[in-house]
Amino acid sequence: MRIIVCIKQVPETKSVKMDEKTGTVIRKGVQAIINPLDLYAIESALILKEKYGAETIALSMGPPQAVEALKEAMAMGINQAVLVSDKAFAGSDTWATAYILAAAIRKSGGGDLILCGERATDGDTGQVGPELAATLDLPVATYVNAIESIESGHCRVRRLVENGVEELNVQLPGVITVVKEVGEPRLPTLRGKLRAKAAEIKILTLAELDVDKKMIGLEGSPTRVVKIFRPQVTRNGKIVHVADEKQLAAATEEFFNFLHTRGVDLP
Amino acid sequence: MNDIWILAEQCHGKVLPVSFELLHRARELSAQNGGKICAMIIGSDIAEAELQSLTDCDAKLVVALEAPELEYFLPEPYSACMLEIIRKYQPEIIIASATSTGKTLMPYVAMKSNTGLTADCTRLDIEPATGLLLQTRPAIGGNIMATIKCAGFKPQMATVRPKSSPRVVPVPGSTGEIVRMKISGKMLFSRVVRCGFAPETEDINLQDAEKVVVIGRGIKKAENLPLVREFAAALGAAIGASREVVDRGWLSYSHQVGLSGKTISPKLYVGIGVSGSIQHLAGMQTAETIVAINNDPEAQLFKVANFGIVGNLFDVLPQLTARLKNGELTW
Repeated sequence: MRIIVCIKQVPETKSVKMDEKTGTVIRKGVQAIINPLDLYAIESALILKEKYGAETIALSMGPPQAVEALKEAMAMGINQAVLVSDKAFAGSDTWATAYILAAAIRKSGGGDLILCGERATDGDTGQVGPELAATLDLPVATYVNAIESIESGHCRVRRLVENGVEELNVQLPGVITVVKEVGEPRLPTLRGKLRAKAAEIKILTLAELDVDKKMIGLEGSPTRVVKIFRPQVTRNGKIVHVADEKQLAAATEEFFNFLHTRGVDLP
Repeated sequence: MNDIWILAEQCHGKVLPVSFELLHRARELSAQNGGKICAMIIGSDIAEAELQSLTDCDAKLVVALEAPELEYFLPEPYSACMLEIIRKYQPEIIIASATSTGKTLMPYVAMKSNTGLTADCTRLDIEPATGLLLQTRPAIGGNIMATIKCAGFKPQMATVRPKSSPRVVPVPGSTGEIVRMKISGKMLFSRVVRCGFAPETEDINLQDAEKVVVIGRGIKKAENLPLVREFAAALGAAIGASREVVDRGWLSYSHQVGLSGKTISPKLYVGIGVSGSIQHLAGMQTAETIVAINNDPEAQLFKVANFGIVGNLFDVLPQLTARLKNGELTW
């Protein structure tokens, strides 16, 4: 069995700073990490590898430094890594990203199971997983919180939806996007780190992929960001301090009066 | 053709409330571009009255795509249905709710239709000069808002955050055409089979709740949960949790609010001992009213709060609960 895990290198959200004047994100000096939600996809692949035996491949599209994210995946136990990197890919939206990743997956020999995190914490769309399935013409299961078994070419999963949990049987090859309940991501081991350090990461550029140049990058993307602005988040609300019984009684009254003025119905 | 289509969602043949939020959006867009409001609904044996509930709310055309196999969402047959609508009616715009269904179906269809899709929009407008859909959404953990356009591709597709707009109310005298399409054959082909379902037994649906009480690390230990549960019950609120609380195993992941959990936009959010990390704010800062209760005056949540109580929550909560219970809250 071949399992492909798609990962993305993202800025550490906690350290994202905003330029208050321009309303843009300051990228300088911000640490790049594996998208935290992709760690669950990596963990799922490793669990399946231990259970059934599998060749696991981490795949990422990004600038050359995304190699670091791939090495970290290998340090966790992923067998191989492929970086899809070319200046021509820059500015791709989710459609173009899925299109390029699909070409890279085909080029890499395909997979029985393609795992993705629910979404990346920077773009935050959650679209690439299902788009990848569509462009590869594969079945898809999203929001999977447990991969129960793989038997006779089918993967049994649980899918978290608004009002409960669905039990699905997904024919393989297929695409599965996972949420954090699938398992606690393991830490890289020392042996893994050494192996990752020595490993050569395969790099796929535009020249090696069967893609239409008119359908990639900023120019080839159907969607385009036309404006970026800073939302007003500070509400300058009323703050009351409670240090004794008297203030507590006053704060309680004020709390309920406030809810009333905001039109909140109380039982 | 400026037609604006929504994906109405159903559960056991009942139209779900998110559908009426989408109709509200569609009506706003229609006022700007003059397009006809249309709804597609995919399911099995949907009652006429349910379809009429959509035409009662200004939908001029409702197309129900029906088969027993379509009772529950399955990506491939549902995509086949939406692709059939696109082929037959050539919508200018399709909007769906950013539910587990919408967020799976829309990308699958957008890819197959070679068109763009914008996720989790909180605002939709028509650009007067071009007639194009302006899709505004939060990005980078809610730190920025981006307005996105999809020029030169049809349909323009967007998912919309549930609860980011009000529900439309019926318009007296509103009428529309109802079309039922029986789906059969290869459109129903699915490589995913739904073999079971376990309903969520705990609490009410967090994302549908009008009031949400969110528990943060400040409650210190799981043994203190009943204190908050009692307050939430008295308030009639659902219970959410910060990531720290879920990571410690005090509440299940279904409760998690924030970037790696659920996005909520209730009428009232009350954060109990919630510090308010950027990741958490990204999942709740569109709430209409935000209240923070925390003994740490530096907690970030106070910045986005409309009302804040700086104090020991173990003193404050019982007092609030008691006040709610003694029923003297009349104005």
